[in-house]
Amino acid sequence: MKHQLLLGDEAIAQAALDAGISGVYAYPGTPSTEITEYIQMKSAKESADVACRWSANEKTAMEAALGMSYAGKRALCCMKHVGMNVAADAFINAGMTGVRGGLVIVAADDPSMHSSQNEQDSRFYGDFAFVPILEPANQQEAYDITRYAFDLSEKYHTPVLIRITTRLAHSRAGVHRQTAHPQNAMSLPTDSSDFILLPALARKRYKQILALQDQLEKESEGSDFNSYTDGSDKTLGIIASGIGYNYLMENYPNGAPYPIVKISQYPLPKNDIARLVKACQAILVIEEGYPFIEKQLRGLLNMSGTIHGRLDGTLPREGELNPDLIAHAIRKPVVSGSEVPEIVTSRPPALCQGCGHRDMYDALTEMVRRYPNHRVFGDIGCYTLGALPPFRAIHSCVDMGASITMAKGAADAGVWPSVAVIGDSTFTHSGITGLLDCVNASSNVTIVISDNETTGMTGGQDSAATGKIEAIVAGIGVDPAHIRVFEPLKKNMEQMKQIIDEELNYNGVSVLIPRRECIQTLKRKKK
Amino acid sequence: MKTDIILAGVGGQGILSIAAVLGEAAVNNSLYLKQAEVHGMSQRGGDVQSNLRLSSDPIASDLIPLGKADLIISLEPMEALRYLPWLSSKGTIVTNSAPFINIESYPSLDELDREYSKIPNKVILDAEKIAKESTGTVRTANMVILGAASSFIDLPYESLQDAIRHIFSRKGEEIIQMNLKAMEAGRSFAAASQA
Repeated sequence: MKHQLLLGDEAIAQAALDAGISGVYAYPGTPSTEITEYIQMKSAKESADVACRWSANEKTAMEAALGMSYAGKRALCCMKHVGMNVAADAFINAGMTGVRGGLVIVAADDPSMHSSQNEQDSRFYGDFAFVPILEPANQQEAYDITRYAFDLSEKYHTPVLIRITTRLAHSRAGVHRQTAHPQNAMSLPTDSSDFILLPALARKRYKQILALQDQLEKESEGSDFNSYTDGSDKTLGIIASGIGYNYLMENYPNGAPYPIVKISQYPLPKNDIARLVKACQAILVIEEGYPFIEKQLRGLLNMSGTIHGRLDGTLPREGELNPDLIAHAIRKPVVSGSEVPEIVTSRPPALCQGCGHRDMYDALTEMVRRYPNHRVFGDIGCYTLGALPPFRAIHSCVDMGASITMAKGAADAGVWPSVAVIGDSTFTHSGITGLLDCVNASSNVTIVISDNETTGMTGGQDSAATGKIEAIVAGIGVDPAHIRVFEPLKKNMEQMKQIIDEELNYNGVSVLIPRRECIQTLKRKKK
Repeated sequence: MKTDIILAGVGGQGILSIAAVLGEAAVNNSLYLKQAEVHGMSQRGGDVQSNLRLSSDPIASDLIPLGKADLIISLEPMEALRYLPWLSSKGTIVTNSAPFINIESYPSLDELDREYSKIPNKVILDAEKIAKESTGTVRTANMVILGAASSFIDLPYESLQDAIRHIFSRKGEEIIQMNLKAMEAGRSFAAASQA
């Protein structure tokens, strides 16, 4: 078979299909979105029987994936790194229950925060949940590792975490496929207490999981994805994980003089690392993200000898790695081209011309500025760009759904007007429960659900909220007289401003729903 | 053989279509390829780039090291300059001359000219104008730029033509011919300006 050019994300998706998944469960989030989109595209084309509708959030996705695994079938669950926070309850307890059908979770980390609010490293979640972690270095390995992950999951009845970072997720290279595995037949557990984590049962289960760790470490020691390559110069030994290994090898096209341990499977292969530490005078750790390996190696007392990496400044403490940072760490010369001319200025992202969020912000900012103590709590989506000029409209951006609940807390503290701006998809992801809190406490808040009928920032995926927002809001108990729907257009500016002012001055929960389709999805439909 | 290319532009200008044509041509010539793209937030009118590496040998890094790029292909003149630290001393810039101004602090055209006068190897062309003249629409401007860059890339020109035929096959013969014509017009412009 000729090799195919695939993004790292697409290689994982193709491998999951070839591994015989019966479902993919996910909420869109950069840089993970293309995994699910690829499976949706392929399933539609080949009429494959794979459940692949977007989930409302990462927690519902993880639980649905666990349910499919419970029924004996293979499931994939994908998210960006901060999605792991949302899914954490389900993820960690899936580590406790164990699995039946292969259950593979992909967490796509975003070091350097290209499209995220932090650069948390998902490997800590794997460690926290006693779940084995796989970290592919390149697109072919992303394919091979995903195929292996399902087998590993079924062999040890554990979820498996695949951790990738932005650069691999969004970089394309040739990938060879292997023979496809058929989907598993449905089957149910014979022991009905298997998935019941009542304390007495959970304590028993926990002992089994702790005992499993030695076996998982042996798997890592023998893994095809980890390796020890000897070198003649023992002044330095290098440990390189995931995509960090590529940046290292870019500097040694004809092979490195130093011994190298490549790591793409965890728990860490202790024997390989011990051998390297014993043989070499100093160790350099190259890893994308937090100093996860480096910290374990140092331990509290730093008794493994001289260790270089992100913690001693050999590599920067934060941000994405690249071949030049590695060259610097191994003292290879870097010959840069000419400097960036001073006239080159930054070109930040902006709301599209003609976007409904723009008209919403024009009306909202004009009205709230009449009240000097107003605060507008923002959320995660295209409309977060309302923080930038010319709008400077929002005062916070923290996590999915935080606009509504922060507005509530601030209102409780006496802030007025206390306004939340949240998108339709973010509202159904994590805003509904917060709105219920507001209604139950009769909080004095004005909530703007800026509805563009899509999940915009990630490229226009279906929104779980479409066509349902008024019913949800009314169902939660917002007074229908204070659920105000309007079309954000320049020509409606006076009407919008009037509605906004009325609801700012209503002492209770109001929900404003400016609704106009995303101009990007509209353009695509017209083509 | 090895060609390291930085594709530059503003979100929405179509650098990924250029990358798709080069990628298809590379696969058909049994070359190794790595192409790092930018998705997500930056696509909203911000600066975007793609690192594209072609080689007859396996490629390790998805990112091009500083000073190692052979070519910067840009759909926007200021955006090309952003990547000068990556351009090798022998490297070439092929760029559209038409500025895309969506920021207040955009430099003056004189300032841009002064910077370009310092760059030894370059092809600067008004891609929209050439696209309009050769195909009747500015939408093929990215293929004009690709054509202008084609002689600096170690791929047979016929492979690029085949790649266009394949990639635009679903859009019909008319669109294929338009894109082929646009690429040809860009290639002729570059040949004339280098002569």
